[in-house]
Amino acid sequence: MLADQDRIFKNLYGQDDWRLEGARRRGIWDNTKALLELGREKLVEEIKESGLRGRGGAGFPTGMKWSFMPPEDRRDGRPHYLIVNADESEPGTCKDREILRYDPHTLIEGCLVSGFAIGANAAYIYIRGEFYSEASHLSQAIAEAYEAGLIGKDACRSGWQFDVYLHRGAGAYICGEETALLESLEGKKGQPRLKPPFPAACGLYGCPSTVNNVETIAVAPTIIRRGASWFSSFGRENNTGTKIYSISGHVNNPCNVEEVMSIPLKELIDKHAGGVRGGWDNLQAIIPGGSSTPCLSKSICDDVLMDFDSLREHNTGLGTAAVIVMDKSTDIVEAIARLSHFYRHESCGQCTPCREGMGWVYRVMQRLVTGDAEIDEIDMLWDLTKQIEGHTICALADGGVWPVQGLIRHFRPELERRIVERKTAAGEPAPVAAAVAE
Amino acid sequence: MPKVTVDGTEIEVPAGITVLQACEMAGTEIPRFCYHERLSIAGNCRMCLVEVSPGPPKPAASCALPVGEGMEIKTDTEMVRKARNGVMEFLLINHPLDCPICDQGGECDLQDQAMAYGFDHSRFEENKRAVKDKYMGPLVKTIMTRCIHCTRCVRFATEIAGVPELGMLGRGEHAEITTYLEKSLESELSANVIDLCPVGALTSKPYAFVSRPWELVTTESIDVMDALGSAIRVDSRQTEVLRVLPRLNEDVNEEWIADKSRYAVDGLARQRLDRPYLRVDGKLREASWQEAFAAIGERVKETKGERIAAIAGDQCDAEAMIALKDLMGALGSANIDCRQDGAKLPTTPRAGYLLNSTIAGLETVDAVLLVGTNLRWEAPLINTRLRKAWLQGDMRAAAIGPDVDLTYPVENLGTGPDTLAAVADGSNAFADVLKIAERAAIIVGMGALARPDGASILAAARTIADNCGMVQDDWNGFNVLHTAASRVGALDLGFVPGAGGRDVENILAGAIAGDIDVVYLLAADEFDTTRLGNAFVIYQGHHGDAGAHRADVILPGSAYTEKNGTYVNTEGRVQLARQAAQPPGDAREDWAIVRALSDVIGGGLNFNTLGDVRSRLVEVNPLFDQVGEAVPAQWAPFGEPGPMSSEILASPVSNYYMTCPISRASETMAECSREFVRNDGARTGTDG
Repeated sequence: MLADQDRIFKNLYGQDDWRLEGARRRGIWDNTKALLELGREKLVEEIKESGLRGRGGAGFPTGMKWSFMPPEDRRDGRPHYLIVNADESEPGTCKDREILRYDPHTLIEGCLVSGFAIGANAAYIYIRGEFYSEASHLSQAIAEAYEAGLIGKDACRSGWQFDVYLHRGAGAYICGEETALLESLEGKKGQPRLKPPFPAACGLYGCPSTVNNVETIAVAPTIIRRGASWFSSFGRENNTGTKIYSISGHVNNPCNVEEVMSIPLKELIDKHAGGVRGGWDNLQAIIPGGSSTPCLSKSICDDVLMDFDSLREHNTGLGTAAVIVMDKSTDIVEAIARLSHFYRHESCGQCTPCREGMGWVYRVMQRLVTGDAEIDEIDMLWDLTKQIEGHTICALADGGVWPVQGLIRHFRPELERRIVERKTAAGEPAPVAAAVAE
Repeated sequence: MPKVTVDGTEIEVPAGITVLQACEMAGTEIPRFCYHERLSIAGNCRMCLVEVSPGPPKPAASCALPVGEGMEIKTDTEMVRKARNGVMEFLLINHPLDCPICDQGGECDLQDQAMAYGFDHSRFEENKRAVKDKYMGPLVKTIMTRCIHCTRCVRFATEIAGVPELGMLGRGEHAEITTYLEKSLESELSANVIDLCPVGALTSKPYAFVSRPWELVTTESIDVMDALGSAIRVDSRQTEVLRVLPRLNEDVNEEWIADKSRYAVDGLARQRLDRPYLRVDGKLREASWQEAFAAIGERVKETKGERIAAIAGDQCDAEAMIALKDLMGALGSANIDCRQDGAKLPTTPRAGYLLNSTIAGLETVDAVLLVGTNLRWEAPLINTRLRKAWLQGDMRAAAIGPDVDLTYPVENLGTGPDTLAAVADGSNAFADVLKIAERAAIIVGMGALARPDGASILAAARTIADNCGMVQDDWNGFNVLHTAASRVGALDLGFVPGAGGRDVENILAGAIAGDIDVVYLLAADEFDTTRLGNAFVIYQGHHGDAGAHRADVILPGSAYTEKNGTYVNTEGRVQLARQAAQPPGDAREDWAIVRALSDVIGGGLNFNTLGDVRSRLVEVNPLFDQVGEAVPAQWAPFGEPGPMSSEILASPVSNYYMTCPISRASETMAECSREFVRNDGARTGTDG
């Protein structure tokens, strides 16, 4: 279990003052100038060594992402931008929200340090529109930081000019996709861009940009302060550091908690969330990383570790580490159908497979809830999800069909049972329910 | 030059092209819906997926992926086929399978590609999506349920036409293409979205349910609605021209055509002169060719050559004009002119009346001055070239004349010739912009030349060209923009007053004064016919328009789709229009009418075939032999500096949709005028 002195977010529960004074008490903004004096290369190097991987879901190594930005000697005159993705909209995920409202200065300090590391003089924080009080806290915190000279013309008296701008989104999930976010920030319709070119070459307003998640940026200063080796001492290789987990659903004590990476899922739930409602044996399924990751059946949950690689082995992902627990009272089919509805609603409509396919998947899912389907439609549904996955510009489509794949993978007997039951009740001949899940 | 492998064949391709283009170079066709060479890349239909290594283990959209050295591209693997089949299935689930009642049937990309990638049955058991149709104006018919959201139309409107009025509303499966507040698409190029639409979502409103593509006979021809000579294909069924579509010509129209070129053709079936007429006791009555010729012969024989005149119209083919010119010469008349609007165009040198930069060349200008012209209405496709120059580079444009929205920023320097003089003497700041520019150009429209002080204005424009270094070894930035398809050809073959001959102004003055007794109008309608006085008027043309109303004898000729004619466009490119249909009734090809008439009135023309006429053309001007080419003209002195009035330099076109007898007879153009041209007066209760 993570020791208190190793926590990066010391005010995750809002018990302390979120303003500058409180933040300073917690060690934020402590001689930030010294961090900047290390220089761009050293900062990027340190983050690389720490093994920090993006906390927004995809888990891309942060140091590597930063190193894609043009170095000082190869700048072409275009400004560099740091963009912070605070459009946290993934169902089940509520970690960034706590940072934004209870510890906004970790983010602002992170902006300065990471902005400096990529040569940016400006950071844009794109915050989810529904986060009203979070935006309010954040903008107050930004004002405080300006007033204290921590950011602005001469940030922390380092000689580096650094501005932070806050932009409120308008409520589209797709605007959390990094290039759609850039489009939205530029005032256009939030639709993902084609890649390449990647944002590091051509991002916001055609300038080199780095888009990072709130948590990724917020942990950066602490990593630099305490050293890469400190951070990488937590977790397994390639899955290092600490992480905020959001545990929701059928647990006794839903919560956000900062814990080490690679913690066993069962331990995480039992220790911090007060265990599954009705005991571990009452567990039906867990979605380990936010709504877009496939669910896991209880047998896997027993011993799976919460990190990128371990979950990957079980055909799911760490995602945003938003653990959604469902006990046996859950109608698992309806739960997943609801997620399909969400992704159908949030598809931007650019790519054919996602635009047309999400609606189809949702409608089949709806019928599977009541069993109003044929057995071979389960196979067709599987086929459809495979036809959508990997065939689109962005990963929304992938994330939209993975929950369905997870359902079919682990709960096919349940799907078949409903079909058979319905047919029997209607007096139709029962189909042979012999098919085996993948 | 990177080397890539396409399905096992190694080829070298230019750096920077996309995988899709590389595949095409290797001879492999890639299916696509959203990709279009002339539009930005959207990458959203996902039909062009291929397998690329090195790369992620999933198919890549070839239209959006740049080639890299050593790339291995596979277009026919199991993964690729599955991916394309999948995309096709998704496209078809919500697409109404109403091909039998769809106008796109037979020329539909979706239909064609479904043959290769579609399933033979549908797995889709749910209800299909229905989308409300949108209003897009009198030309574009919408059946939006068929839309596959490729966004080609959106990109065309935004990028090429420069009217960002189309867009996609909504998200996901609720996404819909619509115009802003369902207004009609306000562009002279709007109907090109019909060609771009890969399915039957946007189809031609006037052509709705008229015909199937396989019933049509296609003729490759040249458009005469403006002076560009856009390449068109004329689709006809028996005697009827049913539609006009663009053909590819990179030098002129790329692959677009303007709405008037496309839709004025319904005017070919209305108001036609299909038999000769004679005016008896003040009224026109039907006559035979013999009677008509006899009446002309009688009148001409008693008239001296210098009391006879001829005016050529704006859509005449060179063959008819050379025949008439020779006939007038034989009659001893030097009173011939093709400048019926009175434009003070020099008859020589050729550089003085050409668009010397060439149409494609205008794409490369970095500064341009527009004088007395509204490019959107006079030559929409030249306007797109300048728009392209603005989009691609940093072109600066300025105009002298009334303010018009040309879809790119244009600095308005002033409205009158005084501003022109200021640019010429360098006192206007824009002169410096033109001087600094590497490729500067000036475009002088007919609004600046068709006025009493036109010659002085032309001279001032020339001074600007000289002073600002617009004429260089490989670049001539002096441009005259014509509005008449026949004008350059007429000037090239010398349909201008001979020694001591009268020009249009003097012909009309002579007619009123009683010095001119016979006027031969070769399809000339664009001048004030009340000024013909008591002259005996012979009108040879195809439509019952202004000239025919005033005529004493009417000889029915043929429209541009009904004859093989030579036209020279505004940049001096000789092009051939081809006969797509028969002229109606007794109407004949125009040069043949003049040839037959010459026998009656003793003109003694000695050509009997089209070949003979064309040989005669080449004899008069060897340029007529260089079909398809825009031969650069020598820069030589022209223009007479003189005083200029203070009248504003306005475009001569007051209504884009009605500029010639054909478009004035067209119902579609009438509807467009009502819809788009605001100054046509309020409609009364008796309209429609």
